[in-house]
Amino acid sequence: MTGPLLRLSGIVKQFPGVRALDGVDLEVQAGEVHCLLGQNGAGKSTLIKVLAGVHRPDAGVLTWAGAPTTFAGPAAATRAGIATIYQELDLVDDLTVAENVFLGHEQRRGGYVLRGQMRRETHAILERLGHSDIPVGRAVGRLTPAGRQIVSMARALSHRARLLVMDEPSAVLAQDEVDNLFRVVRGLTDQGIAVIYISHRLDEIREIGDRVTVLKDGRTTARDLPARSTSTAELVRHMTGRTIEYIFPDRSGRSGRTPGAAVLTIDRLSRAGEFQDVSLTVHAGEIVGIAGLVGSGRSELLESIFGARKPSSGSVCVDGRPLPGGRVSSAVRAGVGLAPEERKSQALLMQQQIYRNVTLASFSRFATGGATRAASERAAAQAVCTELHLSTSDVDRPVRTLSGGNQQKVVLGRWLLRTPARRGTTSGTRVLLLDEPTRGVDVGARAELYRLIRSLADDGLAVLMVSSEVPEVLGLADRVLVMREGRLLHEAAAEDIDEAQVLDLVMAGSEQTEGTR
Amino acid sequence: MTSRTETAPSSSGGDPDPGVTASGPGSSSRLLSAGALESVRRNLGLVVVLLVLYGIGAFSRPDIFLHLDRFWSNELTVLTLASSIGVVAIGMTFVIVSGGIDLSVGALLALASVWSTTVATQSYGTTVMITTALLVGTAAGVVNGLLIAYGRLAPFIATLAMMVAARGLAQKISGKSTQVVQGGGIPDIATTKIVGVPLLVLLFLAVAGAGWFLLNRMTFGRRAAAIGGNLEAARLAGISIRRTQVLLYALSGLCCGIAAVMVTAQSNAGSSDHGNLYELQAIAAVIIGGTVLSGGRGTIVGTVLGVLVLTSITNLFIVNNLPIEYQLIAQGVIIVAAVLIQQVPSDALRRRPRRPGTVPVLSQENS
Repeated sequence: MTGPLLRLSGIVKQFPGVRALDGVDLEVQAGEVHCLLGQNGAGKSTLIKVLAGVHRPDAGVLTWAGAPTTFAGPAAATRAGIATIYQELDLVDDLTVAENVFLGHEQRRGGYVLRGQMRRETHAILERLGHSDIPVGRAVGRLTPAGRQIVSMARALSHRARLLVMDEPSAVLAQDEVDNLFRVVRGLTDQGIAVIYISHRLDEIREIGDRVTVLKDGRTTARDLPARSTSTAELVRHMTGRTIEYIFPDRSGRSGRTPGAAVLTIDRLSRAGEFQDVSLTVHAGEIVGIAGLVGSGRSELLESIFGARKPSSGSVCVDGRPLPGGRVSSAVRAGVGLAPEERKSQALLMQQQIYRNVTLASFSRFATGGATRAASERAAAQAVCTELHLSTSDVDRPVRTLSGGNQQKVVLGRWLLRTPARRGTTSGTRVLLLDEPTRGVDVGARAELYRLIRSLADDGLAVLMVSSEVPEVLGLADRVLVMREGRLLHEAAAEDIDEAQVLDLVMAGSEQTEGTR
Repeated sequence: MTSRTETAPSSSGGDPDPGVTASGPGSSSRLLSAGALESVRRNLGLVVVLLVLYGIGAFSRPDIFLHLDRFWSNELTVLTLASSIGVVAIGMTFVIVSGGIDLSVGALLALASVWSTTVATQSYGTTVMITTALLVGTAAGVVNGLLIAYGRLAPFIATLAMMVAARGLAQKISGKSTQVVQGGGIPDIATTKIVGVPLLVLLFLAVAGAGWFLLNRMTFGRRAAAIGGNLEAARLAGISIRRTQVLLYALSGLCCGIAAVMVTAQSNAGSSDHGNLYELQAIAAVIIGGTVLSGGRGTIVGTVLGVLVLTSITNLFIVNNLPIEYQLIAQGVIIVAAVLIQQVPSDALRRRPRRPGTVPVLSQENS
């Protein structure tokens, strides 16, 4: 066998404040499916971007087809023969299959686009992928997710790619579609094309992969493991254990405490296609954490509890009183608050002042006869910002000037604000729903957020949090629920379960058979 | 799967906070917030434009602009000219602040003026005529709002349809003929002066004042700005988006009804040709005034100044006997210039490279 098609050695990528890649080694042979495994934050996404020419490494050597190379940009990587299929497929819905495949490198003579030739070539490529059934003239928006995936791969082939990087290609596919995807991938490797395959599902890796490289905290912790014969326990061991310090508030002495009254009770809540039969209870003073991957239905669950989505069946009760489904204002009145996943697009008015963001859900409670009372709003916002140790005492600053951690505090402050009492409203927030509370928050500011969330629970709030970072759930929550494919699989006290067990459950498949550890 | 630690750096890069904690104690004593300062600065820019226009007037027609009496009467003419378009622009400001647009204002004005001046309506007297105009405008606005909030039509499309349909309905009702107002009640509105100031101008100022209060001091204005600033965030904060949207377009319709009475009074007649191109004039005035077309922020004072800038240009061309074509060209140039000037400072702030550890420009501006 000749040398590897791609060899990375000691790749380092430093961002301000974080070393995203800290010595990655990877070797990919032509014609193999090489699986990349690692938890969230292990550096997979950054590594893909290095391969795609989006990021340039700060140190280390990238050897492509035997020669050390640096890619000047994404176009250079594409020209060299590396095609990346991102999780969010970058297809244009309104263009046809053929137009998407040749997007950006249309075949033309002079200024004239050779539509017929592009259609013929697209058809030929689809045939090569075993999918001549996809009509080249159909708008991509009308294809199924699986069909779009095939179109993305066709685009890669139209660039004469020799290495295909696929980021969680199966996340949006049903089981039979996954089988078909694997058939296509095998067809490609038979033609000598190398595939880097990223997935969280170990059973998939076993089925399609040849070798596995594991990343943890930006480093390669194991390389070139045989995909089929390496045990789950060994893979998980390489993925777990942190060197980056997560500092969680001390939980000792809590285990003996009895939880308060049940505040949030969810009974057999379902929403078609998103989650099924979810029942759970959160008590006053308790933090319940849901661990699960993106797409497991966890965000949808939180939004349905909050009334931002209408559940198809089941009930949500706060303090024993049921909430009408699908009405945010009722949930807010009953004392439920949500810090959504996408802070900037879902929670904040970036251009407006801090105090206006803090009082966004309550300014009408301050008002008398429809007239706002900015002074009392400011004072209340000021008080809550001081309580949350917001870095600035100037509540008139626009929120966009704050860092991620402080923006999150503004969102939390919105639900912790002390508002004038009004008839028909609860005196304050009783339930806090946190969706990825530390997303986009740098490592230093996280510890403070953790402390804050814990102290809120100590003050009697019922907290339900969701995170794709397992250590975060384990470190912060009192009780852990594991969610996969829209169902709650497992419930345990945080001290009775460890990271490896959670990862096993989260990543599905083979674990049940493997059993004891 | 995107990962946390990899996305963190971009947000932690320019953490502005250290510098601000230092400037915090001092900042509480200042009189105006950063946002208020910025809007004052913008409005001052418009005042400068008005002064420049005055300078041009003083240069080209010193006989008018340099004599206090004649200047004052000319300015009252300008203000009267501005009054009906100004009232429409106030309603438009709310719609644009909420991230919407109302293309139907001119047509609603025509419909309200025609409906309120039919023979049948006129037989009930002045009060009923005025009430009819206000009700017709508001009702059509409610239809706009319902289509947008519950029919989920884009505001552009819903109000475009209303613009065409309302103009057609106005033509149908009037038979395309001018409906002269019998009796003195309505025309008196155009001729009455209070302490030397035309009632129409006072009406405009009253609507502007009410609009300012509604936008800046009422929960309704806060809801409008929240919806325009981030619809999803407003929804997840429990703000009732739909009701607010219906009210917003109803408010714009009500302003059209008020303007219809004013135009009817000035021309002594209702006509399906009233309010032609008012939608463009009103939008232009709002934009010149500094309200962002994408929503979230808006200023009533700016809109009033924007209307004055537009009408002052018209006036300059009239007093200099210049052809109307040039006036349109000049208005187009002013619209672009106003937006360009307003973009410069905020862009300069944004493009400033964000080095770790440096304090962003905004917090320095605060202190």
